[in-house]
Amino acid sequence: MPALVGSRCAGCAVTVYPADPSCPRCGEGTSAVTLSIRGSLWTWTVQRYAPKSPPYVAPPAGFRPFAVAYVELPEQVRIAAVVDTTDLDSLRIGGPVRIEATGGVPRATPIEEA
Amino acid sequence: MEDVVIAGAGLSRFGRTEHTSGREHAVTAARAALADAGIPWARVGAAFGGSDAAGLADTLVARLGLTGVPFVNVKNGCATGGSAVLSAVNAIRGGMADVVLAVGFDKHPRGAFDPMPADWGLDDAYGRDGLMVTTQFFGMKIQRYMHEYGISARTLALVAEKAYRNGSRNPNAWRRTPLTAAEILASGPVNDPLTRYMFCSPGEGAAALVLCSPAAAREFGSTPVTVRAAVVRTRRFGSFEVFSPSLAGGELTSVSRDAAAAAFAAAGVAPADVDVCQLQDTESGAEVMHLAECGFCADGEQEKLIADGATEIGGALPVNTDGGCIANGEPIGASGLRQICEVVQQLRGRAAGRQVPGEPRIGFTHVYGAPGVSACTVLSVGGRR
Repeated sequence: MPALVGSRCAGCAVTVYPADPSCPRCGEGTSAVTLSIRGSLWTWTVQRYAPKSPPYVAPPAGFRPFAVAYVELPEQVRIAAVVDTTDLDSLRIGGPVRIEATGGVPRATPIEEA
Repeated sequence: MEDVVIAGAGLSRFGRTEHTSGREHAVTAARAALADAGIPWARVGAAFGGSDAAGLADTLVARLGLTGVPFVNVKNGCATGGSAVLSAVNAIRGGMADVVLAVGFDKHPRGAFDPMPADWGLDDAYGRDGLMVTTQFFGMKIQRYMHEYGISARTLALVAEKAYRNGSRNPNAWRRTPLTAAEILASGPVNDPLTRYMFCSPGEGAAALVLCSPAAAREFGSTPVTVRAAVVRTRRFGSFEVFSPSLAGGELTSVSRDAAAAAFAAAGVAPADVDVCQLQDTESGAEVMHLAECGFCADGEQEKLIADGATEIGGALPVNTDGGCIANGEPIGASGLRQICEVVQQLRGRAAGRQVPGEPRIGFTHVYGAPGVSACTVLSVGGRR
């Protein structure tokens, strides 16, 4: 799966996702930037109940609790993502993850400690 | 600048009803505030108010009386009440009127606050994949805070336990049954680390204030409470807000920190001078974090302060003496003014059943809401000190 593409401000180097034509800090123009695939869990929670539908669309097998997180990347940005894991009890702040673009929101997967 | 005082404060019954409309709540609260001030509606020279989801405040004139009063609608999310107060203060200082009504009301159905991605400028995927859930934000913000500053889940439960205990002492509260910390921890996870009974619920209710010049207050004869500061702020870059696809790295900024600091500076008092306060408690974690963001303690000190009972009625800094949002529910347009009504009663020594001992003289109120707005007031009674 591909890396996420965000944008970086030409003036103040602020990086955001998704890409935005103007910088939320200073209003200057931005250019596209490919974000790192490796990051760490900055914070997380578990969605214990089925979100309201619409807008939520449960998977074909039905709703199961799932983890969501902000993933901290070296580009000084934290990205909201669904965490794909079968072990919700193993999630820890600082834990390494891989984060990638999908057809939907960004998705993160815990990986082995380097 | 000339002082502005609160001469009257009124509430409707908070909770959830089948048949009472938001506007009916507002009329009840407005009449209660007028009666508290001891004045007729005709004496009011200007009015500001609003709701988030229960209609326009200016239509209330049809029930209160068609006096020709200028009535400005306010719609500013969780800062609706705070913005109405700020507008009233400025109207009095600017000479528009010497007696002004501020009113906030709302009525939300069960399970409200489930917005659609497009309304927030987000891709539909955020809704489809299950990220348009406000409670996730609260869970993730406090989860990070607990990790950084050593706050325990038990502290979150103690905050909610206090809310229900204070609610049980407040005849106007919605949730009046005390719950133990153990029951709160066992009430079922919503978004880790937050459990069901740590959250407030969308509800209904209204709150109103009569604000006036000191000269007008002397004419009315009620015990005036001085508005030492009324401040509204929006977020700066780098804050952590609901429904953010990304956050800036580095230290977080906080709109609550900005608004509280501005309010204390304008009032010329320090957080340590405050005798009673109201902090936004959408859930337990919010009250914990807002204690630090508003300047009442350093990050991490809450763990000991709360365990020692500092935030209880009778503690060094009583917080949310009426049970807060957790026990009163959250009608968005009314919450900020409910907080002020409670502090007014505490400063007047009239909070029967839950009165803070020792004649509190300085109070503080704080609301926070999406997408990064905060309103704070500093109130005092008995002259400056």
